[in-house]
Amino acid sequence: MEVIKIIGTDDTPNVILDANNNIFEISGRSLPEDVASFYEPILDWLDDYSEEANKKTIFDFKLVYFNTASSKLILDILLKLEEMYEAGKDVLVRWHFPDDDEDMEEAGEEYADIVEVPFEQVGYSLD
Amino acid sequence: MDDNKTDIKDFLAFAYSFYKTVKEFKINLVYEGEITHQIIKAFTSLTETNMEIDEESTSIQKKVFHVMVESLQNISKHADYLETENQRKEGRGVFMLGKNNGNYCITTGNVIARANVENIKNQLIKINSLDKEGLKTLYKQQIREGRLTHKGGAGLGFIDIAKKTGNKLNFNFLSLNDDFSFFVLTSTISKNI
Repeated sequence: MEVIKIIGTDDTPNVILDANNNIFEISGRSLPEDVASFYEPILDWLDDYSEEANKKTIFDFKLVYFNTASSKLILDILLKLEEMYEAGKDVLVRWHFPDDDEDMEEAGEEYADIVEVPFEQVGYSLD
Repeated sequence: MDDNKTDIKDFLAFAYSFYKTVKEFKINLVYEGEITHQIIKAFTSLTETNMEIDEESTSIQKKVFHVMVESLQNISKHADYLETENQRKEGRGVFMLGKNNGNYCITTGNVIARANVENIKNQLIKINSLDKEGLKTLYKQQIREGRLTHKGGAGLGFIDIAKKTGNKLNFNFLSLNDDFSFFVLTSTISKNI
């Protein structure tokens, strides 16, 4: 499968989707000018990937900021992972948040409530 | 000729009274015009730099950033325009950022069609009636059921502002004519959170 690698900017996140190396990661800041078109290739990629998913998929979210428009698209990604999980694939979502960022931790909890997929919260220190 | 002179005098007096008013209300940033993505980036980046200088906590910095982005995007996605104005453009409005006794105050003002006033007012009244748990539930319901508009709005902005600040949203609607109103929204990020 092709690899998606997007270098982040101050308003778009880093994205790595690399099935061969088992890396699935979105990190950084997300407030793109046009959220739908930014996330569209990512959602399309996941559609293709779900047809031939690896034995285990660990999807890492390590965002420091996202706006409400992005939050909707992040949910769309999680819903695709949920579909894969419900189809019998081994899927784990890891939600990384800075230790002192309650809002980001809470955002993870809310997503975990909404989607039916194994979900792990991982706090990290910025120092 | 004399008229022109008076106009200029009035204008210079206005510039000074505007400056005084801005100082009086402790406003750090004031803008009127179109809210573009570039403007949002510039204002948030400027504010981040100022907050760094003021040594604000990361928590305050993040909350101010959040509320600024959502408030500015509300204007860019939802502001209507008066047909009588020369500048027939959507997405314009007033934005103000103030800091008073350590509390940040973020205010937006924009024209909206009167047909939308009831709906917005009801949303805001509902949000203000909810506690933290209630807001979480509403957020989860809206993110699941809401659809992204063609302008990229998720219908989550007001809820997110209320959640992030923990304060009630202050708002007002002023009637402009039969078809339009001016919508003002103020949110506060308290220094002790």
